[in-house]
Amino acid sequence: MLELRAVRAGYGSFQALFDVSLEVRQGEAVGVIGPNGAGKTTLMRVVSGMIRPTAGSITMESVDLVATPAHRIVELGMAHVPESRRLFAAMTVEENLKMGGFIAAARPKFRQRLDFVYELFPRLRERRRQRAGSMSGGEQQMCAIGRALMSEPRLLLLDEPSAGLAPVIVEMVFDLVKRIRAGGVTVLIVEQNVQQVLRVVDRAYLLKAGSIRASGSAAELLATDTIREAYLGV
Amino acid sequence: MAVFDIYLLEALINGVLLGGVLALLSLGLNLIFGVIDVVWICYAELIMLGMYAIYFLDVVYHLPLLVAGAVCIVGVALLGVLLHVLVISPLLGAAPINQLLATGGVLFFLQSAATVMFGVEFKNLGLRLPVLKLSGMFISYSRLLAFAFALVGMVLVYLFLTRTYTGTAIRAISQDRQIMMLMGVDSRRIYLITSALGGGLAGLAACLLVLQYDIHPFVGLSFGPITFLICVLGSLGNFVGGFVAAFVFAEIIALGGLYSDLEWGYVLAFAFFIVMMFIRPQGLMARRS
Amino acid sequence: MTRVLPWLVGAALVALPFVYREPYPLHILVIILIWSFAYTSWSVMGRFGLTSLGHGGFMGVGAYVTALLWNKAGMSPWLGVPLALAAAALLAAVVAYPCFRFRITGHYFALVTLALSGIVLQVITATRDYTGGSLGYTPERYRGGSSLYALQFASKTTWYLIALGVWAAGLWVWYRVDRSMLRYALEAIAEDEDAAAATGVHVTAEKLKITVLSAVMTALAGSLYCQYQMFISPDTVSGISVSLQMVFAVVVGGIYVAYGPTVGAVITIMLAEILRISFGTRAVGWDNLVYGILLVIFIVFLPKGILGSLLDLRRPRRAEAVPGT
Repeated sequence: MLELRAVRAGYGSFQALFDVSLEVRQGEAVGVIGPNGAGKTTLMRVVSGMIRPTAGSITMESVDLVATPAHRIVELGMAHVPESRRLFAAMTVEENLKMGGFIAAARPKFRQRLDFVYELFPRLRERRRQRAGSMSGGEQQMCAIGRALMSEPRLLLLDEPSAGLAPVIVEMVFDLVKRIRAGGVTVLIVEQNVQQVLRVVDRAYLLKAGSIRASGSAAELLATDTIREAYLGV
Repeated sequence: MAVFDIYLLEALINGVLLGGVLALLSLGLNLIFGVIDVVWICYAELIMLGMYAIYFLDVVYHLPLLVAGAVCIVGVALLGVLLHVLVISPLLGAAPINQLLATGGVLFFLQSAATVMFGVEFKNLGLRLPVLKLSGMFISYSRLLAFAFALVGMVLVYLFLTRTYTGTAIRAISQDRQIMMLMGVDSRRIYLITSALGGGLAGLAACLLVLQYDIHPFVGLSFGPITFLICVLGSLGNFVGGFVAAFVFAEIIALGGLYSDLEWGYVLAFAFFIVMMFIRPQGLMARRS
Repeated sequence: MTRVLPWLVGAALVALPFVYREPYPLHILVIILIWSFAYTSWSVMGRFGLTSLGHGGFMGVGAYVTALLWNKAGMSPWLGVPLALAAAALLAAVVAYPCFRFRITGHYFALVTLALSGIVLQVITATRDYTGGSLGYTPERYRGGSSLYALQFASKTTWYLIALGVWAAGLWVWYRVDRSMLRYALEAIAEDEDAAAATGVHVTAEKLKITVLSAVMTALAGSLYCQYQMFISPDTVSGISVSLQMVFAVVVGGIYVAYGPTVGAVITIMLAEILRISFGTRAVGWDNLVYGILLVIFIVFLPKGILGSLLDLRRPRRAEAVPGT
């Protein structure tokens, strides 16, 4: 569904990604793990169009994403839940969700999608008129994921969903990701928390210092020392 | 003593009426700043052009006033878009002071263009609207009308910002610009719409001001600086802050005018502003730097 | 050769009025020198990112206080000018202190100063019984217009030399600031106020110092203008137009360079004169119109001004800094 080939990207003269190639097949849940500063967020941003790659190709179901204007990528069926949530703090939960359903295709189905999201996250329904910025970290994460789901995406990008959350909440978030995935949405997660993400995904890539060092099924990666070496250097 | 109170009450009421129009002005300025993060120093000059437009349409071409007003609102909205495309857009990445100076250049240009095209003599619509007499107070009908329309304008903008998708996007973009594309929002389109909205509000303000004041190329200097002070006092980009500050300033100007010349009212307002900065800086701290 | 050049040019400038006595060109030169001094005064703080759009207010204070003290109180400008400078310093301190103390910077500060110059204009207009309002004000001539006591001189040559001296003094101040610790403190502040404060820089005090200095110099320009022209009006010495004009001239000339404001003055004044000669009274408004367009064009395409950009071309490009991830 999503394919990256030899992608290079960075910020100004600083290069963050070096010839990254990966693919996500329809219906899969794929993870990208790696230590801090590996370039995981850069990877997400280059896929969703927030930044442009300096080389390489990114295609989603044969549509060239690099040639697509950033704000039209959502229309193709991809939604990105950014790092640290990035909610519109001064607006209510429901207004945030409304923004998620901004694209023309999503507007006629607003009520329907809203009910779907509230069913998935009953807490959000309770807090629908509350200022998004005043909620707890876990609730904000739910709101952010809910916002992304409003456009009925077929591919969901999650950038470090566990960041800044208590372990109990992290567990809950990943359970929800499982449910979303079970509903037929393809998922690409970028994560530092190896244990949690490998619970949920089929395959994963190991990203370190901007390059893919290893890949394989979740089970394989859990079994080998590759990950430990990458994170701890031992 | 009773007579004295009546004058005071009259001034207070006039202050409220003036506040309505000033609130409209600061709404336009705050919108542009909140969304695009630029201050249109030439905002008052856009209003000045709108006033001239109404004058020519009504007095010279004899169009009915309502039509002239509508044309003015649309016209200045288009001017706003033009301003954004020609001047602001190329400077979106530049230092904020450069953006400010560029709109300063437009201010120069518009004032001079008006001087060259229309001359410096004062013009007036020549409307003689009745003055209402309410229990000993004289309230000018044109002021009431201006206030009413200003309120209507603000309510419409409020509804637009809260009920429509585009309006919600406008509010959202002022909070987090970078992720707007993730929701399928084209930032450039939002900027254009906001510029049109800001310009349209200026056009509306022109309709209201032309009922009461003379038209000349430098009329913008009478309320431009005050509008900036209002917006800074209420925190640039903060709609509610600007709204409140507008009425506070209007009352000060009205009360100052009660006791002496109108200009002293402005001086008093500025002095008040300085004092406020000493006393309540929190009210002035921008939420965005 | 480069060491001798400034002295040669300086000597030539001083000798000029004795060699070339045409009054009209001398008049233009005096005007250019006075405004160059005013623009340089603005750039003393403008170069550090403290963009004031209110210097018209300080110039107006300098001009009107000097003239009023002379006409109403019979006070010689030798006393009047220092008082005017003190008034400007006070005004600058009162407005700038709360701004700096409470971190009102950048375009907020610009807006506040913009309002300041507008208010000064309003005050001048409101006190029309004393100041003549928009009709302008004339300091009274003393003993035929040539007197050291009244600081009035009929001879253009004298004025030229005075203006030259003040202009040179302005540049000297610019250089002194450039070489002082104040400059480094302000540049640090301009880049990152919090970091500067963390290293012990008294942010508010430093900013206040440069603002008062700049205001006082600008007020001096105003007083000088008043004594030379013997006629002042609110729009020529104060108000938003003057403030913007100052910024425009410095932007065009080059804001980070000592002679930039002077170049800007030459360009703007020559432009105004050319328009005036070509169009006569029909030129009213056209000069500002051209300024307006040019200001926009310069900001978009040449933000460093003419001199600044030319100097930039001579310097090799620095390597780009590495941004954060």
